[in-house]
Amino acid sequence: MSDTVSSRPFPPGQYPLVVVGSGPGGLQTSYFLRRLGIEHAVVSADDGPGGMFRRFPLFERLISWTHPSADVPRGSRWFEAHDQNSLVAEEEELGALVLDELGEDHRRPARDEMAAGLAAFAERAQVPVRYGCRWESTRREEDALVLVTSEGEYRCTAAIFAIGMTEPWVPPIPGLELDMHYVHVSSAPDRYRDRRVVIVGKRNSAFEVGEAIVRNGLRELTLVSPRPPDLARLARSPLRPWYLTPYDEHVRGAPGRYVLNASVDRVERRGDEYLLHALDPTRPEALVVEVDDVVVATGFRAPLQDLPELGLATVLDGRLPALTPYWESVTVPGIFFAGNVTQAAQGLRKHGVASVSGMVCGFRYNARILARHVAETVFGVAPDRPRLEPESVVSHLVRELDGAPELAMQKGYLARVLHAEPRQGVRDEGILPLEVFVDGADDGVAVTLEFDAEETIHPVVYLRQAGVLRETSLPPHPLRRYDDPVYRDALAQLVDPLLRPLGSI
Amino acid sequence: MADALVVERLAQLALFADLRWPELEAVAHTFEEEVFAEGQRAVRQGISGSAFYIVLEGEATVVVDGAERARLGRGDFFGEISALTGDVPTADIRAETMLRCLMLPGPQLEAFLLEHPVVMLRMLHAEARRVRDANRWR
Repeated sequence: MSDTVSSRPFPPGQYPLVVVGSGPGGLQTSYFLRRLGIEHAVVSADDGPGGMFRRFPLFERLISWTHPSADVPRGSRWFEAHDQNSLVAEEEELGALVLDELGEDHRRPARDEMAAGLAAFAERAQVPVRYGCRWESTRREEDALVLVTSEGEYRCTAAIFAIGMTEPWVPPIPGLELDMHYVHVSSAPDRYRDRRVVIVGKRNSAFEVGEAIVRNGLRELTLVSPRPPDLARLARSPLRPWYLTPYDEHVRGAPGRYVLNASVDRVERRGDEYLLHALDPTRPEALVVEVDDVVVATGFRAPLQDLPELGLATVLDGRLPALTPYWESVTVPGIFFAGNVTQAAQGLRKHGVASVSGMVCGFRYNARILARHVAETVFGVAPDRPRLEPESVVSHLVRELDGAPELAMQKGYLARVLHAEPRQGVRDEGILPLEVFVDGADDGVAVTLEFDAEETIHPVVYLRQAGVLRETSLPPHPLRRYDDPVYRDALAQLVDPLLRPLGSI
Repeated sequence: MADALVVERLAQLALFADLRWPELEAVAHTFEEEVFAEGQRAVRQGISGSAFYIVLEGEATVVVDGAERARLGRGDFFGEISALTGDVPTADIRAETMLRCLMLPGPQLEAFLLEHPVVMLRMLHAEARRVRDANRWR
């Protein structure tokens, strides 16, 4: 073995746990595992940290904010809601690192600024990774998982895959080719000048590429997919103010700007142009769009390699793993996921509101919970569950509702959970998926912030006493100030029957 | 974008039997897919904000106050009453095997049915059968 190779961490061999991936999900998970003292290897096919942000987004800045100015200390837990892009840490000096990279006059990082912020975290938090080590296949041997990599085999009790959704996905429609995918779109400023372009898809990458090429002087742009843009959802989407020029121009009737709600039946090549045949259910005949270029912006899939052959259940046509509330495969125990592939664990999805587990500001908190869960259930390392005096419960819950970044980011998905029982008193279980408390059996209280059906944010209290669960939605506050007597009084009243029997403890 | 397989599965469901291919594909894009592990609940008695579900694969039970009342399988749907009335669900729906469903958020169900009256009619037939059967048991 050469010096270069031996100086790299985590050579193939036996480890209690292996984390695959060095994007934000892998780095964040490894950081929290190390804090808990869980020995593990981290391997990555890339040659440096950053994951998807080494490549994407191709054109635009991210759609998540990093606000430099706040009334709380930079890097503190309370600052995290001001900065959706940085990884989080117990040490203030390791938080908000993307802020250092952000150019002046910007509130949203560009791809290279984001990648630099992640690299700074990997270096300063000292997250060792074996780079250039590609996970290729997986098998199970008795009680062990064996991950076969380009550098040899890793045997482990459990594995966490933080592999991102980075593999281009093209629907099986005749004429659509992989080289038409978003990842292959040219960034040369003149590439689409005076050309007619159709984009298949209407989600983030479709609007992002549409916005970019509209600026570069194309002649005609058509976006096509079966589902109409969901205007109600767009109203609270981070896409709305930044990517929607093509949609805005279509609505206002600009020549050469079209958004079609139709299925793509096929794409045919005719000389130098393409004919896209689209089926609109409201019209008797197919629409034929003649274009010079086809861009397929239909999204990505997780590179799951051979995991489905091990029995891994998936959703979305095999694009994501189907997960338990703790991000474990629903069908293959011991295989966990972190990072943006955790978005298939949907939580309660009340009123249809999804988690933000596909974004750094969501999965960075999932990673902390996952590390604690794996430490406890796989390695028997119980996390700290501080005891609370009953008289401090209301203040604690109010403070969490008012400023906990986990609740502010992962609305309706993560909750502050306290368990209460006569012998143990009140224990702070930490931030957990709300679903875990709701579907559990322990008496206690969980608080969260939720959108209601009208998209108004409310504090919501879930209280279980003698096994009976009750949900109480508190009124919204226009300035989202929950450290207010209205909420204190309401919480005190709600938790009183739960805490009264513990009064003498 | 939905796979042809999902559209194929939709075409086999009684609820969508009157829809043509492009309509089915639009429906496949309107609904989302959710998978529940065995024992997990898709709908929770007394908890607000649930959705409308159609079973694609697997089995579930309808549980009221801890007592099993009915079993659901492929093509069955649930959650429509609370989605339409805004009331909290009166039963748990618990996955008995791995359960794969199509899901439409509750606030979107009414608009979806108005856009697809043939689906609404199919749903009405199913609800009529449920009422008839419920009355028979009395």
